[in-house]
Amino acid sequence: MKITNAIVEKHGLKLEEYSKIKKLLNREPNFLELGVFSAMWNEHCSYKSSRIHLKNLHTSGKQVIQGPGENAGVIDIGDDDAIIFKIESHNHPSYIEPYQGAATGVGGILRDVFTMGARPIALLNSIHFGSVDHPKTKSLLNGVVSGIGGYGNCIGIPTVAGETKFNSTYNENILVNTMAVGHAKKDKIFYSKAKGLNKSVVYVGSKTGRDGIHGASMASAEFDENSEDKKPTVQVGDPFTEKLLMEACLELMQDNSIISIQDMGAAGLTSSSIEMASKGDLGMELFLDKVPCREEKMTPYEMMLSESQERMLIILEDGKETKAKKIFEKWDLDFVVIGKTTNTNNLTLKFGNKVVGEMPIDALASKAPLYDREWTKTKLPKKKKINNLKKIKLEDALLKILSSPNQSNKNWVTDQFDQMVMADTIQKSGSDAAIIRIHKKDKAIAITVDSSANYCKAHPYTGGKQIVCENWRNLISVGAKPIAITNCLNFGNPENHQVMGEFVECLLGIKEACEFLDYPVVSGNVSFYNGTNKKNIHPTPVIGGVGLITNINNRIDRNLKEDGNIILQIGKNFGQLSQSIFLQEIYSTTDGPPPEINLSNEKNNGLTVSKLINDKLVLSVHDVSSGGLLIALAEMTFGSLYGVKINKSKNLSNLMEYFFSEDQGRYLVEVEPDNLKKINKILDENNVFSEIIGTVQKNYFEVSGELKIKKNELYRINNTWYNNY
Amino acid sequence: MNSSVIVFPGSNCDRDVAVALEKLQFNNKMVWHKDMSLPKSDLIVIPGGFSYGDYLRSGAIAGKSNILNEVIKAANDGCLVLGICNGFQILTETGLLKGVLLRNKNLKFLGKDVHIKAINTDNKFCNKYKKNQILKLNIAHNEGNYFTSKDHLKELEDKSLIPFKYCDENGNINEQNNPNGSLAGIAGIFNDKKNILGLMPHPERMIDPIISNNDGVNLFTSLLN
Repeated sequence: MKITNAIVEKHGLKLEEYSKIKKLLNREPNFLELGVFSAMWNEHCSYKSSRIHLKNLHTSGKQVIQGPGENAGVIDIGDDDAIIFKIESHNHPSYIEPYQGAATGVGGILRDVFTMGARPIALLNSIHFGSVDHPKTKSLLNGVVSGIGGYGNCIGIPTVAGETKFNSTYNENILVNTMAVGHAKKDKIFYSKAKGLNKSVVYVGSKTGRDGIHGASMASAEFDENSEDKKPTVQVGDPFTEKLLMEACLELMQDNSIISIQDMGAAGLTSSSIEMASKGDLGMELFLDKVPCREEKMTPYEMMLSESQERMLIILEDGKETKAKKIFEKWDLDFVVIGKTTNTNNLTLKFGNKVVGEMPIDALASKAPLYDREWTKTKLPKKKKINNLKKIKLEDALLKILSSPNQSNKNWVTDQFDQMVMADTIQKSGSDAAIIRIHKKDKAIAITVDSSANYCKAHPYTGGKQIVCENWRNLISVGAKPIAITNCLNFGNPENHQVMGEFVECLLGIKEACEFLDYPVVSGNVSFYNGTNKKNIHPTPVIGGVGLITNINNRIDRNLKEDGNIILQIGKNFGQLSQSIFLQEIYSTTDGPPPEINLSNEKNNGLTVSKLINDKLVLSVHDVSSGGLLIALAEMTFGSLYGVKINKSKNLSNLMEYFFSEDQGRYLVEVEPDNLKKINKILDENNVFSEIIGTVQKNYFEVSGELKIKKNELYRINNTWYNNY
Repeated sequence: MNSSVIVFPGSNCDRDVAVALEKLQFNNKMVWHKDMSLPKSDLIVIPGGFSYGDYLRSGAIAGKSNILNEVIKAANDGCLVLGICNGFQILTETGLLKGVLLRNKNLKFLGKDVHIKAINTDNKFCNKYKKNQILKLNIAHNEGNYFTSKDHLKELEDKSLIPFKYCDENGNINEQNNPNGSLAGIAGIFNDKKNILGLMPHPERMIDPIISNNDGVNLFTSLLN
């Protein structure tokens, strides 16, 4: 087949990129080779627009065993335990086919984690939908939530935390980010780097079908009115097979049979084989007739580009084939030697004894295009004095916010997930962070996932810092020591200078916060081209954080514990309302800058709260985040038998600013009156600002002189929206 | 007491049950579905999960597996059998328990803590619970909506073959507190001889106050009495 410009463009390659391919090959590629190049050189696989910026991130630390660049990041949590985790997007497929798109997103991220030798112990998700009035939102929400549940529930990994948000910016391009966390022994971690010549390359797992061909290229383009036609590029998930594959791989990993292992994710057999060879500085020869196929007469092109799920590529030590094969047969899975490592540094594709494609590995991987795209800076929006707003009562504002889609209780979502399977879930959704016990040990990890797209849109640099801080704060609030993060960077079209600027500046903010808090990034994923017909989504970096609780008895939650205890606000409230939930929900205003981030206060306040928790001086802790003080207080009553009585501060100039500002670095803690002196001493010693704001009381949620509502009624109001949607 | 946990491809609560049994002093063995014989067992547990992916129908394929023939033989000889969640579904597929488990009434997967009431405690599995004791257990299923014929329901009620019904935190049994639409709020049933128990909630998730509570412990320790 003659390769025309039209064919090149259909593969998502620019004509200048095609010229580069011809130069690297010294000839024209054939159709199969063009397909392989397009799969490797698309944005999703090559990170061509983001690579030069990603390398600036803070990625190292004492507890980092493996940073970005592998299937997932690995951290040391003491003893012989390691935690392996990563977050990834499955946005485009989920918009086209919500159930399968979301389900295979879960499947893909789980494979990234167990490929490295970890047994997955938790799943999280961050899902963003369009406006609740948009005609597609309801069915997308239904499909995505049941897809996430359908996969995780079946494979038997608890889905323990997440966030569900609505904003018209995602009307035509939803976000589905899923995170998997696994536990491994430190000395049993597996990598994808190939080693040794003439080693068997083994294909295990499901058979290859025609599903998902060019999935990665689809994910590297904007949507248009014909997006629905892309349905065949969405993969179909089979969690049952993945469960078998997981058990078989973990069984094989018990001894030393495996040299390297890589899952077939985006761009399937192509990217997995090239990745392994490229890292090992080797060549690889594949005999494509041997690939187990689900459908008849599949061509080498289809086999190389299929994104059929639940497949792995393994390079085995000599003499281990029989034993390995027995394990996969036990689990009723395919196990076929389909190739070998070579010293040619080429990817050689054979079909029926003929070489049908041959390309240098470095041309496909390290020599892929790299762009330093133009970008523009976003100015910090001016603070506007908010005058002339229609007066609203504190109670009305509170109830309106608590019953809004974004602040409503998400039980409707989380009840569709099995949060308890594996029986190590200490704390599940509806808390600052989930807590998962390390099996049969007295320690646990805390995990959370967060995003603040509105802040990032208003000022990407501040938003980038804020979201790392909020994530860190959530882990502090449950008694954990934050260790490391994974990030999923969801942005619009990088060829647009403003979007590229949002990316660069968010990343700069993330980098600075990570450095300051010693909270390195160990894995992640970039998803560009989120938008339709030139309308780009708000910049939405999603941060997944992991912390360690060395002794599970030092964990803490946000539920109020005892009548008469004092509630202390730690950190300063400046009354900054711009970009707050209050202004959005009550006045539909999204002007002004996001709340300022003072990294030094953030760290100092957080570490001091940690000390109070470890000294057992506080009984409950909750961070103050979106919605501000009053919403945070309400959340402390939802899982508790008690309410609160808040005394208005005497020198309060503006009620709304005080109760709804989203100033950062703040926590609410519940303390016994007898401990107050001790606590104040610690706060003073560390120069941490605090104020007593009220006390715990029975039955009522009360702000003196302003509102008094039955606590159960408040919970009911918070619990209505989803059930009526 | 010797226990065996049957492991099917797709079982995912097998480890959790094994941990519970070992913690509560059972001498437990795992039995692979392709095995042709059972180890000596006083109790056989069919754990939760998605055996064979729940393809065709929940529990349908597992119900026809090799090892199930052995389980049926043992059960008919009086061996104690406990099917939890998918295990309950498998037991109805084999006919060891009558009735069927339909899709939940809201047609969604349900994963949450619910209250159940110990209605009948005069049996081997429940003798350590107090009659009418209210327990909080976790459910996690798509198909937990128990259904059977009128005659069989009458038999279940008359012969005290319903150990647990869904209820609210105060023990009221009504449609509002029935999470999945199950007939008469049934959360579990016995066979005639009360040696086979099928249960939708997961007692093995409730054996440790750090994780949840201790409400599931007595279901296992009753057997040791």
